[in-house]
Amino acid sequence: MMSERPPSAAGNLPLVGIRVVDMTVVWAGTFTTMMLADMGAEVIRVENTRFAPYGTRGIMVRPTDSLLSTRGMATAGYPDRKAGERPYNRAAMFNVHARNKLSMTVDYMRPKGLEILKRLVGISDLFIENNAYGTMNKIGLSYEELKKVKPDIIMVSMPAFGSSGPYSDRIALGRHLECIAGHTLLRGYPEADPTWTTEVYHCDAAAGAVAAFAAMLALHYRQRTGKGQFVDVAQIETIIPQLGEAVMDYTMNGRVQEPIGNRHPSAAPCGLYPCQGDDRWIAITVCSDKEWQALCHAMGDPSWADDGKFSDTLSRWHNQDELDRHIADWTRQRQDYEVMHLLQEAGVAAGPLMDERDCYADPHIRERGFFEQVTHVECGSHLYPGMLWKMSRTPGSIRRPPCRLGEHNEYVYKQLLGVSDEEYAELERDGHIGMEYHPSIVVHGRAAI
Amino acid sequence: MTESALSDVRVLDLTWYIAGPYCTKLLADYGAEVIKVERPGQGDPARSIGPFLDDEPDIEKSGLFLHLNTNKRSITLNVKSHAGKKILRKLVEQVDIVVESFSPRVMPSLGLDYSTLQKANPSLVLTSISNFGQTGPYRNYRLSELALNAMGTSMKMVGQPDRAPLKLGGNVLQYQAGVLAATATMIALFGSRLTGTGQHVDVSLLETCLGSMDRRAPYLLAHQYTGQKEITTRVGGSRGGIMSGCPEGIYPCKDGYFDVAGGVPWWPRNFALLGSPPELAGPEFGTAEGQMDTQCQHAILAVLYPWAMNRTKTEIWEAAKSARAALAPLYTTEDLVNDPHFRERGFFVEIEHPRTGRLTYPGAPFRPSETPAKTPRAAPLLGEHNVEIYCSLGYSREDLARLRDAGAI
Repeated sequence: MMSERPPSAAGNLPLVGIRVVDMTVVWAGTFTTMMLADMGAEVIRVENTRFAPYGTRGIMVRPTDSLLSTRGMATAGYPDRKAGERPYNRAAMFNVHARNKLSMTVDYMRPKGLEILKRLVGISDLFIENNAYGTMNKIGLSYEELKKVKPDIIMVSMPAFGSSGPYSDRIALGRHLECIAGHTLLRGYPEADPTWTTEVYHCDAAAGAVAAFAAMLALHYRQRTGKGQFVDVAQIETIIPQLGEAVMDYTMNGRVQEPIGNRHPSAAPCGLYPCQGDDRWIAITVCSDKEWQALCHAMGDPSWADDGKFSDTLSRWHNQDELDRHIADWTRQRQDYEVMHLLQEAGVAAGPLMDERDCYADPHIRERGFFEQVTHVECGSHLYPGMLWKMSRTPGSIRRPPCRLGEHNEYVYKQLLGVSDEEYAELERDGHIGMEYHPSIVVHGRAAI
Repeated sequence: MTESALSDVRVLDLTWYIAGPYCTKLLADYGAEVIKVERPGQGDPARSIGPFLDDEPDIEKSGLFLHLNTNKRSITLNVKSHAGKKILRKLVEQVDIVVESFSPRVMPSLGLDYSTLQKANPSLVLTSISNFGQTGPYRNYRLSELALNAMGTSMKMVGQPDRAPLKLGGNVLQYQAGVLAATATMIALFGSRLTGTGQHVDVSLLETCLGSMDRRAPYLLAHQYTGQKEITTRVGGSRGGIMSGCPEGIYPCKDGYFDVAGGVPWWPRNFALLGSPPELAGPEFGTAEGQMDTQCQHAILAVLYPWAMNRTKTEIWEAAKSARAALAPLYTTEDLVNDPHFRERGFFVEIEHPRTGRLTYPGAPFRPSETPAKTPRAAPLLGEHNVEIYCSLGYSREDLARLRDAGAI
């Protein structure tokens, strides 16, 4: 059963006609719905002016300018580091994924709001959320409840540890799932103290991608059979298969792999080597004797490379401390991009360590048209990271700027749900419809009412 | 009785190494019929990459290959031979999806560019996974997991300031590209089933990282927002990361380490975690200023270190449960595989294989209630399904011997 087509520029994108009720927060779930929106689905973020979820529309709902002037870019990624009138419409950590999505507000914690939300579910195809386990049940939005209003609804739920098992009710951020999956202990410097390990959020990306695949799988099945279903995505279980070699080494050989930094388990050289300039580096990986000879030739066939210590992969692997010093002596006198082109021409995998500025300046990324110019009424005009892949017949694009809180209330309430002007005004008075978080919310959480 | 979501989908798999095979593994594990085409002799190069069972290099005993190729069927084919090209074109006509991960010049050189394939099969989805995409100046450049980390991720933020930045573990970025390629493929297939027209999906490993929500994409936009002047860099540990405050990051305990989230929102829970000690009860500890203040931080750490060193990581995790703190112990792979949560969920699965016997594998990454992942079948032996598949194409067993002699299969 296809929903009616939305009034947007989605054209012939594959997911036109699919409506998604989006109750995702922070990064993992929001990444999922971003991909669906990019490919034409009508993704409606269900938000609440009386409740701001943790870490979603900014690390804080209302940061001060003085805080923003001192913090790192994750916290302070606002246009010109200014909070503005509605900071929650200006946070880079939200706006980066909110393109092509719509935003409505409703206080689903009150019965009237819940009823409205269920009416939306009744005309939708997918319901996606990544809140703490049990949150949806508490609100009254379990799969059983959703099915009553839309029998063929597909619900994708993404709790940290899944919807069953002893840890299902544990509190965890993405980085904690990395700890349990074993990733944190696997990715340090070889001999360093783990307390120095910097946190990463790869699990957010992994879970977001898997949930998007899961949503498509369920849509495919529904297209064929007319049946909806519930999909349990335990975020932790999306990253474990990505560490498959380490898991298999343990289950096959009883070996617990140790961190190897930037090195390769069996080939050398493999490392990040310093280049001219401040904190500039080139990644070089050599996997065969043929590539090694190509590297030597590109370096001008230095005499040190003739040493038997470096003549074959195994010898190089055992002597890589010395090998790395020689290569670093050569790279240090050169520019990172110069080394990349020289080595790539010779058939050796090499790439510079790229910071944000490098990405925007890179000729390949530019020629591919990865970045797209977007004008947002409260942020101005900027280049945004664009599509994750290219499709020949239906290329996606950023058709709409990131959704502001409650920006599409009129469309959702009046056009989709058929709410009258009078009722709309009443819902506005009752705090369901609005474009501003309740003034009592400063960090996140529920309004003090 | 459950069904497979993709039981109506046929896939021709021309991929090797990690990203492509993980893409087609996802399709195969949820029910698609996947025919994996391998080079005669050595097969997928991943068969020659460790870890190997008992550290014995053998193309049928690579843990990497076994993990990535469950539920697929394998045929050998020399795609560069005349007979090979002909067989490949026959196979293309019979499938819904072709996934390939060659360098961009290879498919056209085999006469298998998308426009040719589409003439034979208009609804075909062709997914091409490559290092830098099918177009652009770097399209023929090589890539390694390390170089992908360097170019595609926020690697510069990870590690110690006086050392080289650090990559993510293992080959996670190649796996991640595989998941995204599978997602894009399913979206293209969805459109193809509606309209009868397929398309060519161009997946660049670099772009799957640049657009990813592990900080790279948010920081790329933050760079634009803040005037294109600032770049992110590493300060060591997690103290300069997204969170800030105290406690924050990784700390030692009696038998290992744990990671706790800090800052203002988490202070009340972290205070409870430490047993609500009176010396930390002052309101200053919970303010943004206090969380960043050196004296406050020393007072907190003076309680935290002895508290932690007297407890195991399991005890600390239990305490975090009652305090509702965001915390986790640092697990080894051994801790992970033997953990009761995953045992109760049946996450790790045992698969029987003719050459390795029964081994434990990571299981399915999500659970659809009506269409769960298939009971896994082990990765195929090299060319295990030659007879079955070639005979279904109309070749006799005698023809197969001839093709083998000619080096085509």
